Amino acid sequence: MSTTLGENSNLPDEARLPGFRGWFIRWVSNWGELAINSIIALGDFGLFVLRTMSWMFTRLPRRETIWPNFYRVGVSSLPVVALTGTFIGMVLAVQSYFQFRQLGLETRLGGVINMTLVRELGPVLAATMLAGRVGSAMAAELGTMRVTEQIDALAAMGANPIRYLVVPRFLACLFLIPTLTIMADFMGVAGGFFYSVRVLDIDIHHYWHNSAKFVSNFDLFVGLFKSVFFGSAIALVSCYQGFNCRPGAEGVGRASTASFVFSFVAILVLDLFLGIMLDSIYFTWYPEGTGLL
Amino acid sequence: MIEELIENDEPLVQIDRMSVTFGNQNVLRDISLEIPAGETLVILGESGCGKTVLMKSMIGLIQPTRGVVKFDGNDINRLDEQQLSRLRRRFGFVFQNAALFDSMTIGQNVAFPLRQHGQFSDSQIKEMVLSRLSEVGLPDSVVVKKPAELSGGMRKRVGLARALIMNPELVMYDEPTTGLDPIMSDVINELIIRTRERNPVTSVVVTHNMVTAMKVASRVIMLMPESRLEPDEPQMIFNGTVAELKSCRDRRVQQFINGEAGERLMELRAESVHST
Repeated sequence: MSTTLGENSNLPDEARLPGFRGWFIRWVSNWGELAINSIIALGDFGLFVLRTMSWMFTRLPRRETIWPNFYRVGVSSLPVVALTGTFIGMVLAVQSYFQFRQLGLETRLGGVINMTLVRELGPVLAATMLAGRVGSAMAAELGTMRVTEQIDALAAMGANPIRYLVVPRFLACLFLIPTLTIMADFMGVAGGFFYSVRVLDIDIHHYWHNSAKFVSNFDLFVGLFKSVFFGSAIALVSCYQGFNCRPGAEGVGRASTASFVFSFVAILVLDLFLGIMLDSIYFTWYPEGTGLL
Repeated sequence: MIEELIENDEPLVQIDRMSVTFGNQNVLRDISLEIPAGETLVILGESGCGKTVLMKSMIGLIQPTRGVVKFDGNDINRLDEQQLSRLRRRFGFVFQNAALFDSMTIGQNVAFPLRQHGQFSDSQIKEMVLSRLSEVGLPDSVVVKKPAELSGGMRKRVGLARALIMNPELVMYDEPTTGLDPIMSDVINELIIRTRERNPVTSVVVTHNMVTAMKVASRVIMLMPESRLEPDEPQMIFNGTVAELKSCRDRRVQQFINGEAGERLMELRAESVHST
């Protein structure tokens, strides 16, 4: 995961030749090393995930290691998720209103805002906030523990570092991201409603009527279902980055940054593929679908 | 247990032709070593020669690339997670910078192995923690403090108290006196000796402090960095008692004991030129 196209120490002698041939051999060799390192890192990450999962189904950690993580991931993240949710709801109202008014469809604003929130922006926003606020902190904390030999100390005392450090964080993200998503959804819906009804003066009855008409329980389920995968990815990526932190302050900083970047990429990739999968399920169940118009 | 092993004349730790490689870098090459129960082995060598790697591989914190490491007859790299965890109750490891858990108080740090393995009541744990802290010369008041509130010497002593709380058979000290003033260094040396006198533990001390080595060792080995060796040269350039160390004629050993740079600066320059 943390591979770079750095100096290749396995270069053949021909690579030291001047001119195009040497350059080409170096170029191929560097990309080859990058590919090999990426495969190794991917395999290493896969093993890390498997080891975490094996502890999930054998011996869970003690409660005193779980509760502080639940508090940090859930309770401490609530205000920021609520705040961003509210503003995103209002921003959606602002951005959509003029387009819809031109078509004379401003009463459908509730359907658009709330559908977007519960299916996409609520879960993605909550996950992004979690990756930025909690994931980076996890990577930095575990990275510091790696650098200062605290992870070695845990192992030396017979405690399994994955069971003791990773599983509680994973459980916290897995179980609490749906609640954070619900909070982001709720505050987004409230923000969108406030701006649409109070500021843009859209009729309250039509606003809610269209919301109820277009947003189904399946949409809510889609958002929550996706959020579970996002939370798992954030915890695993961040903990992996922390565990594989390079020495020094620079290493910790890189682990923290990499955890956010890789988590965010994972969120977007998962969002796409889960979206495709869930849509195909939806259209299998409801072939006629529901339309905004 | 220790007495039985001494009677059996069975080495507590056996390392057989162990090599450790990180990526393209060879750190340890064909190391064979036996540590009998009750011995205090000091591992000497310049920075980067693999002293800490050797010690960490003895308790399975680092997996050797080749070779076998046995503790009390068990190949520690073939044990499963639970067996290794049980075996590690018998080790105590004092880390270079103590490696205390930042998020816990001193009391929680010292009590950690007890809570991890033992079936002790809270009052027993408290009593044992205070007793261990008092043995290393720390007052009861430190139990509620966080590691960041203590000085380097105090943290080292807390690390020692934590390593000893399970009455381990093998205690490992990674650079126990590095970064401490001479008096605090001697306090740590005395604690190592007192620990050995109070409980018949086997100790492994990694250091480049010759005062510590001379004071605590019953046997000394010295390692050379793998990069500075000829292809067939053994990495362990000395293995003997303190008296033998002093009379050793190997130029590299004498330079290390006397702290003489000799031609090392020229060699370092040559290495840096070669690497660029």
